[in-house]
Amino acid sequence: MSETRYTEDHEWARPDGGTTVVVGITDYAQEQLGELVFIELPEVGSDLAQGDEAAVMESVKAAAEVKSPISGTVLETNDALNDAPDTVNREPTGDGWFFRINASDLAELDELMDEAAYTSYLATLE
Amino acid sequence: MQTPLYALHCEFSAKMVPFAGFEMPLQYSSGIITEHRHTRAAAGLFDVSHMGQIRLTGTNAAAALETLLPADVMGLAPGRQRYSVFTNEQGGIVDDLMITNAGDHLLLVVNAATKFDDLALLEANIGHRCGIELLDTHALIALQGPLAAQVLELSVADIAQLPFMHAAAVTIGDTACWVSRSGYTGEDGFEISLPAADAADVARRLLQNDAVAPVGLGARDSLRLEAGLCLYGHDIDNNTTPREAGIEFAISKMRRRGGVREGGFPGDNVILDNSAAPVRRRIGIKPLGRAPVREGADLVDAEYRPVGKVTSGSYGPTVEHPVAMGYVNGASALHGTTLNAIVRDKYLAVEVSPLPFVPHRYYRGR
Repeated sequence: MSETRYTEDHEWARPDGGTTVVVGITDYAQEQLGELVFIELPEVGSDLAQGDEAAVMESVKAAAEVKSPISGTVLETNDALNDAPDTVNREPTGDGWFFRINASDLAELDELMDEAAYTSYLATLE
Repeated sequence: MQTPLYALHCEFSAKMVPFAGFEMPLQYSSGIITEHRHTRAAAGLFDVSHMGQIRLTGTNAAAALETLLPADVMGLAPGRQRYSVFTNEQGGIVDDLMITNAGDHLLLVVNAATKFDDLALLEANIGHRCGIELLDTHALIALQGPLAAQVLELSVADIAQLPFMHAAAVTIGDTACWVSRSGYTGEDGFEISLPAADAADVARRLLQNDAVAPVGLGARDSLRLEAGLCLYGHDIDNNTTPREAGIEFAISKMRRRGGVREGGFPGDNVILDNSAAPVRRRIGIKPLGRAPVREGADLVDAEYRPVGKVTSGSYGPTVEHPVAMGYVNGASALHGTTLNAIVRDKYLAVEVSPLPFVPHRYYRGR
């Protein structure tokens, strides 16, 4: 129950102790978008339902949204991305995380893909 | 369709995208921002073979072409190039193009997405007066940036002396090419028209120079936007007049009111009527925050009254802030005016900015 889960929209959700979950986008997603030049993070304290738009990313060419992979209340955002959005390109699963959320129902993660399933899913997109 | 440089793009790990019927490189492995900056710092090589190259032949070609656009073509000397626009009866812009007097013919370079429409327009209107041939057996390579001249000089003696908007027949290796000093980046540079079969060899020869990197369509767009240059179908179209677009330089003096060959092109009465200020004008838009403002975003003034629309917008890797262009009513077009762009239902403050965002660095000779 503590492993990272993935959405079909290429967000990852990593349980981080208790009901806290860290959210970001996958390497595949950053690769598809190209170098990010702007990120709009959710407001701390905002309530998100699973699938709600949580953040916006802009590359040179296009804008894309990050959906929340799980319902809950935003605890903290990675404000370093405001000045260095390209951190997401360099370390999408590390320093390029987007926000921490206090999940209202951790069981929602079970609906998402585990690493093996996500890898197979990516193979279908080639 | 593939251009003659398709295999080369793949070798350089290009991300290919469909564009105007061709598979074109959006970017290579280094990414749009790096390619953009490399072009402004050194030299970028662009495959623009998707564009239309049209050859007009015959003694009446220049006079015939003048019936479709407001440029002085008859007075265009051999080896000289001019920018102009095909116009419609309403004074709108059907396409923008480069015209070169190549000695025994006129060479037109038109947009990729509009080339077959342009060809049909030419054939229907002046097909009886001159020869019209789409050079689909030719490639077009752009070499752009401050080091472009010294790179090309290694293959073509004295080419660095060729001034902006001049053109010449040259040989690169064993290949006969037609080279013009022009481009779409705001930088010094060249566009090289050459037979498709030799295009990859010439491109490889130029890419062997450490100063030269391949650059895709993504950076081509951000470069032209920083340079304040219009993209057809976005910043100019059938409903935009040259005056609204601020590209009156596409209208030669002798085709204007009081000129030797005044008018005589579609929409001339509208285009040459300077009695009233245009209802709307093209402006540069500098978003004051970090968020890019993109094509289609509505613009409102400080009191939130609608004043216009964004027609192109992206991030400017050289100026390191978002850049955009659009149209607003005359009262809102003054430099320094603060407006708001509506992005994702929010008002983002933007400023009317002079164009270009990055100064042009053309070589005008000495």
